Amino acid sequence: MTRLTMREAISQALWEEMERDTSVFILGEEVGVWGGTYAVTKGFYDHFGAGRVKDTPIAEAAIVGAAIGAAMTGLRPVAEIMTINFAFSAMDHIVNEAAKLHYMFGGQFVLPLVIRTVGGGGRQLGATHSQTPDAIFAHFPGLKVVAPGTPEDAKGLLKAAIRSNDPVLFIEHATMYQVRGEVPEGDYSIPIGVSKIQRPGKDVTIVSYSKGLELSLKAAEELSKDGIEAEVVDLRTLRPLDMDPVIESFKRTNRAVIVEEGWKSYGVGAEISSRIYEEAFDYVDAPIKRVAQKEVPLPYNRDLEQMALPQVPDILAAVKEVLNG
Amino acid sequence: MKLNQKKHLDMYYQMVLIRRLEERAAELYQKGEIGGFLHLYIGQEAVSTGLIAARLPQDRVITAYRDHGVAVNCGLPVNAIIAELLGKATGVSKGKGGSMHMADTTRNFWGGHAIVGSHLPLAAGLALGDQYSKQDAVTICMFGDGATNIGYFHEALNLSKVWKLPVLWVCENNRYGMGTIVENASAVSEIRQKAEGYAIPNERVDGMDIMAVYEASLKAIERVRSGEGPYLMEIMTYRFRGHSMGDPERYRDQAEIKKWQEQDPIGIYHAYLLEKKIAGQEELDGLEKRAEEDVDAAVVFAHSSPEPAPEELYKDIYAD
Repeated sequence: MTRLTMREAISQALWEEMERDTSVFILGEEVGVWGGTYAVTKGFYDHFGAGRVKDTPIAEAAIVGAAIGAAMTGLRPVAEIMTINFAFSAMDHIVNEAAKLHYMFGGQFVLPLVIRTVGGGGRQLGATHSQTPDAIFAHFPGLKVVAPGTPEDAKGLLKAAIRSNDPVLFIEHATMYQVRGEVPEGDYSIPIGVSKIQRPGKDVTIVSYSKGLELSLKAAEELSKDGIEAEVVDLRTLRPLDMDPVIESFKRTNRAVIVEEGWKSYGVGAEISSRIYEEAFDYVDAPIKRVAQKEVPLPYNRDLEQMALPQVPDILAAVKEVLNG
Repeated sequence: MKLNQKKHLDMYYQMVLIRRLEERAAELYQKGEIGGFLHLYIGQEAVSTGLIAARLPQDRVITAYRDHGVAVNCGLPVNAIIAELLGKATGVSKGKGGSMHMADTTRNFWGGHAIVGSHLPLAAGLALGDQYSKQDAVTICMFGDGATNIGYFHEALNLSKVWKLPVLWVCENNRYGMGTIVENASAVSEIRQKAEGYAIPNERVDGMDIMAVYEASLKAIERVRSGEGPYLMEIMTYRFRGHSMGDPERYRDQAEIKKWQEQDPIGIYHAYLLEKKIAGQEELDGLEKRAEEDVDAAVVFAHSSPEPAPEELYKDIYAD
């Protein structure tokens, strides 16, 4: 094992896959000469050249559309959308084309395409640059949506995404690039669509992913000091969703809190709690609680922004409620 | 590439086949056998027939939702086209695509795309794929005049020029985007002028005269293949039928339609073939009869084909 930041883990996955397979190439805004807005592709342009690290115009529909077309010819493009907020400019290509072409044409061709993007608030970028709309993208059959919460998962899942023959939206979190963690040496990949228990516990199940995982693990540490052992299940992939570890955990703890950074309404927590009620109703000892972003466009002011985002104390309070329920 | 008699006759056959196919599709639609929307290519046959006759086998074709004619020209069997219209398992897209979503990648036909303008960035990507893999192929992207008003058109043209992509942009200007005349929807009524803004060489072509389309396409495709980057053709044409089968046609009068019908592209080609003594009346009659019979047989094939199996519902959502 070696300790890497999230940024290094993602960068390594890209680098190693490009070394391994010449059909893999990168396109996006400022991925080349600049080295990536979040410096993930720093050094790539000099090493792989302009042909494989392609700077694009600021034109998201063209970026995703061209990546789809290139994937239709059998290549494995990794398109970078600078932030997930800009993915709305390419929404048509993500949901009307990428998610549907394989099915709609009767499986005639595959779309080995990755769209890497960055979501999340907490950097005082204001309402248009701080969203966590992951659930919207996870709504569409045909698209795979991955959102890792640890460097190990980020590297392994990105490799799996690049090797996958399906379109994958790979969502990184803007405040997590410096998060460090243990990463296995050498080549490995982690299967898409497999949830993972990141921390075992017996008293309550906390379900989360991405930034929410970081918060949930911190909350679990706090709870442990009070003798409460929370089991933290990391979804890692939002579609296809692997509910098995969630249901197994819930059947042991009978209580659950779901943590997401996006808005609560129609969100990931709504989906997970419904599934628990549908699949494990007889095991429910207390109403399931959801911790999520307040229902506002995220404000610029630091204090207001932090008020709107889910925090560790929100998780602690929710856990205590379900334990007393 | 000089057209020999065989190729001329094949092109004539394809145009007539499209006409008969579309007429039959309209009948089947009116009987309720075809669901959804149905957009007919009647009147525009010379455009895709002349254009696609000029491609090489490695050249890719991608188009919008008015795609039956293009499918015929790309060599898709008429059996599988009608089967797709009827939603049968033997359809080109296994009955899952329908009228607007036909493709056959074995014949380098990359679809039928039904969101206006959305396939133009895909076409840039197909061309990018060939450029990246150093393939000697041209991507031919067809779209209507209406598609040139949406952002995708502009993003795709710009990218194609910046990256010098081997793509031929082909605007089929049939005068109306649904029921809105070009002048009411586009800042310039001569669509080819939009290419000027991206420094993409361009020309306007008479789309009722298949020889004009063929000769212009041949030059344009070879020009793109030579590595000069994208090129845009605006092909002037007219659809004799409504936008789709549900078109009230309040936006144009019968006199206008009649005027255009006098320049029927099949009639023009018919006269040309006789005048140049490329074919005799009997030969052309024979081709027309064959087209009719082929469509008849295709309807029988489609009617006798199975519906998709229930398990198809969950098949091909993902490849892995």
